[in-house]
Amino acid sequence: MLKYILRRLASILLTLFVIVTITFFLMRIAPGNPFTSEKRLPPEIEANLNAHYGLDQPWYKQYAQYLVKVATWDFGPSFKYKGQTVNDLIADGFPVSLYLGLEALLIAVFFGILLGVFAAVRQNSWIDYSSMSLAVIGISVPSFIMAAVLQYIFAIKLQWFPIATWGSFKHTILPALALAMMPLAYIARLTRSTMLEVLNNDYIKTAKSKGFSERVIVYRHALRNSLLPVISYLGPLTANIITGSFVIEKIFGIPGLGAHFVQSITNRDYTVIMGVTTFYSIILLLAVLLVDIVYGLIDPRIKVSAKEGV
Amino acid sequence: MTSSVGEKEKFVLVRQNLEEAEKIEKKSISFWGDAFYRFRQNKLAMFCVFLLLVLVAMAIFVPWFSKYDYDTNDLMNTNQPPSAKHWFGTDDLGRDVFVRTWVGARISLTIGVVAALIDLLIGVVWGGIAGYKGGRVDEVMMRIADILNGIPYLLVIILFMVVFGQELWTMILAMTVTGWINMARIVRGQVLQMKNQEFVLAARTLGASFNRILFKHVIPNAMGPILVTLTLTIPSAIFTEAFLSFLGLGLNPPLASWGTMANEGLPALEYYPWRLFFPATFICLTMFALNVIGDGLRDAIDPRLRK
Amino acid sequence: MEKILEIKDLEVKFHTQSGTVHALRGVNFHLNKGETLALVGESGSGKSVTAQAIMKLLPTPPAEITKGQIILDGEDIVPKTEKQMEKIRGNVVSMIFQDPMTSLNPTMRVGRQIDELIMKNEKVSRQEAKRRAIELLDMVGIPNAASRYNQYPHQFSGGMRQRVMIAIAVAARPKLLIADEPTTALDVTIQAQILELMKRLKEKLETSIIFITHDLGVVANMADRVAVMYAGQIVEIGTSDEIFYDPRHPYTWGLLSSIPSLDANDGEELHAIPGSPPDLTKPPVGDAFARRSPYALQIDFEKEPPMFQVSETHFVKSWLLHPNSPKVEPPKIVQQRRRVLPGTFEHPVLVEGGL
Repeated sequence: MLKYILRRLASILLTLFVIVTITFFLMRIAPGNPFTSEKRLPPEIEANLNAHYGLDQPWYKQYAQYLVKVATWDFGPSFKYKGQTVNDLIADGFPVSLYLGLEALLIAVFFGILLGVFAAVRQNSWIDYSSMSLAVIGISVPSFIMAAVLQYIFAIKLQWFPIATWGSFKHTILPALALAMMPLAYIARLTRSTMLEVLNNDYIKTAKSKGFSERVIVYRHALRNSLLPVISYLGPLTANIITGSFVIEKIFGIPGLGAHFVQSITNRDYTVIMGVTTFYSIILLLAVLLVDIVYGLIDPRIKVSAKEGV
Repeated sequence: MTSSVGEKEKFVLVRQNLEEAEKIEKKSISFWGDAFYRFRQNKLAMFCVFLLLVLVAMAIFVPWFSKYDYDTNDLMNTNQPPSAKHWFGTDDLGRDVFVRTWVGARISLTIGVVAALIDLLIGVVWGGIAGYKGGRVDEVMMRIADILNGIPYLLVIILFMVVFGQELWTMILAMTVTGWINMARIVRGQVLQMKNQEFVLAARTLGASFNRILFKHVIPNAMGPILVTLTLTIPSAIFTEAFLSFLGLGLNPPLASWGTMANEGLPALEYYPWRLFFPATFICLTMFALNVIGDGLRDAIDPRLRK
Repeated sequence: MEKILEIKDLEVKFHTQSGTVHALRGVNFHLNKGETLALVGESGSGKSVTAQAIMKLLPTPPAEITKGQIILDGEDIVPKTEKQMEKIRGNVVSMIFQDPMTSLNPTMRVGRQIDELIMKNEKVSRQEAKRRAIELLDMVGIPNAASRYNQYPHQFSGGMRQRVMIAIAVAARPKLLIADEPTTALDVTIQAQILELMKRLKEKLETSIIFITHDLGVVANMADRVAVMYAGQIVEIGTSDEIFYDPRHPYTWGLLSSIPSLDANDGEELHAIPGSPPDLTKPPVGDAFARRSPYALQIDFEKEPPMFQVSETHFVKSWLLHPNSPKVEPPKIVQQRRRVLPGTFEHPVLVEGGL
């Protein structure tokens, strides 16, 4: 198990290295200079600024410097927001996004699994058909459209919830729902199809032959085996929620990291773009690693290798 | 139940040609015939095929026959709700939303299909080679794929668009940079499965060449999952395009895809909801239809019927 | 002799997309206490369906018991509800399945899979159940039972897993044990061990066993009585001796003559039964086996044959035993082995209205 984790960490570092390199070089190719959108600056001042930010150095030196900085968790200053570093922006926005993201994740996982189990156990009933139809719709409606719809119906027309910004728990419900819808639907479908497969397995027949009721069979025998693919999905799910947050935060005016990121894109604030991209990548890779570890803990076939028996 | 006198004659041995009995009792159906039959049984999927055809037809013909152009400004009639004159209303420059929706359809659908096809091409080649060659080649190729896969898909696209500009071709290119990986994995899986099947071994024993094996045997059998993946990649591409638009990285005006139209409609949601509503609905409808068709194909091809 | 199980005129249909399959078309037999009955036949003959029907394990949307009675330990279980069956399963009757690799829950410890059955049926503590489970593991021949208790199925070999299955099956001391081809998926040497184990357990626990198989060698080893099934019906049933030394049904002849024998003459062909089992969505008229039999009579294609009784314990469903039918000789291999057994009637007796 330990060897496995170490190997994966090495793989993550490699991927991270590739990401940082790619973002660095992409930013260099990008048109325009960080200062071009501002008023025309006299050349000496521009030269000063360039020197100050190290932009006059040859590219390989800048690259090396950047690598060192990233390794020491310093993403550099923001070119658009004077006086603020990228780290500041991250520290400012990430807790908000984290809260929103976790809320969405919990909603998606909990209700998704519940719905999926229900549909599988009552296969071909009206519950099954209606929930699976809803699920297909769920994966067909992009989160931002869902956000706009929710906003329109529940905030603008019905006025049950605030339209935008952040503050109380009430502010979190619509955005979290919008983020959670697609993953919820996906998890419901995944759980359902896995559970149907599991219920067809021989060991379920064995459990039935022991005289256990359906409830016991589903929750004690089938469920654990059905959850494995869902756990694997948690990795892509995290990615989904992260990218979903970009637009959702913009639509609901939430001051999270996603909103800052979108703003930095519009502003062509390159250090912020690079820094936040790298940051997100780290989060994502760690999430996937965590998921793999959890999966390994739950599936005994991985936890205990077959060689230990016979 | 004693037998009647007349039945006595029945107790005679009958000569039978027992070799006849070796013939298989039921008529056998071909794999694809069976699959298409099952697909046609799926009423929802068939409806979605029809729906899709209607959408494509509208996308092709409406802009030709409409009296409005997609970029015709009419500043006297901005933000009009749907009416007899403008079926889907007008936007903030007085442009007819109906025509723009169908022009947008052309763009969004094109992006979706082209991106998916490029993914298919790269994926089939990459996965096919990796799977067939096996060994070192396979290891290296899949390692590269794994590392590329570790990079969050949308982040790559965002970076791409920021750097290379917001053109149609940059968008499609951006999507395919990492989009092919899924297809490659599927193709490789299929090839690996096929490689070990006995009929390939049999064909090779009979002297069939690499090409022949690949085209006559491997590809027809692998088609199923490939087709399903292809069908499900298109809605993903349409989604991505819309997503980029919402981030402000969509196509430049006056070109309008469904995504850019929806994005422009967003700030006006409270007062002129139709501007968001129509493009958004069509995005969802298209994704829904393709998802259902993809599902239907998957169920039709998988011999283990769920029901 | 007391009967632990009696099946009368059992009919089971499966409603599928391609039609209704008449899987069981009037099955009749009984099992006496302490006996081992072997149920033999090709794939598709209905053996597994019968086994699962006895435990009402057939999935009831497609499957339906349309007629008949299954009298288990004195009670007809056909009208019983699921809730009632849950009390019977594992308790009065239990089952061992064919494939040990997939019949155990891969994410649950082996010990737990035995415990849960013990605790379901009796009010005992966790410790007590554990103790009994370890005892059972030991009884079925698993070394280091105490440490094995905590392991997962994938840490056991195929033969070991089947032993675990047997432990589970006998954990609640059922009166009837149904073994559905328990050794088919195992190596020959392991097969022998498992069969030995089952024989030992049967004596020790006084269980009655129904043993389903297509392997006649296994039958000879294990069974007191044998029932031969074809196309959803029992075509011949008798004691082990009667079936091997004095079989009367052409299908049984076919089965017996397709066993390769070490003392067959060189040059003698192996007899395979030509053709394949009938499509049960359109059950054949008359005698189902006639179409593959060199001994077919005209009447076989028109009327279903009745049961004829050849001895106290031997019954055959074939027109060939009718006084009007010509005398036929079974294949050489069967003739070579034939013996006249004590208790055989002079002439076969027609049985009115089934067994």
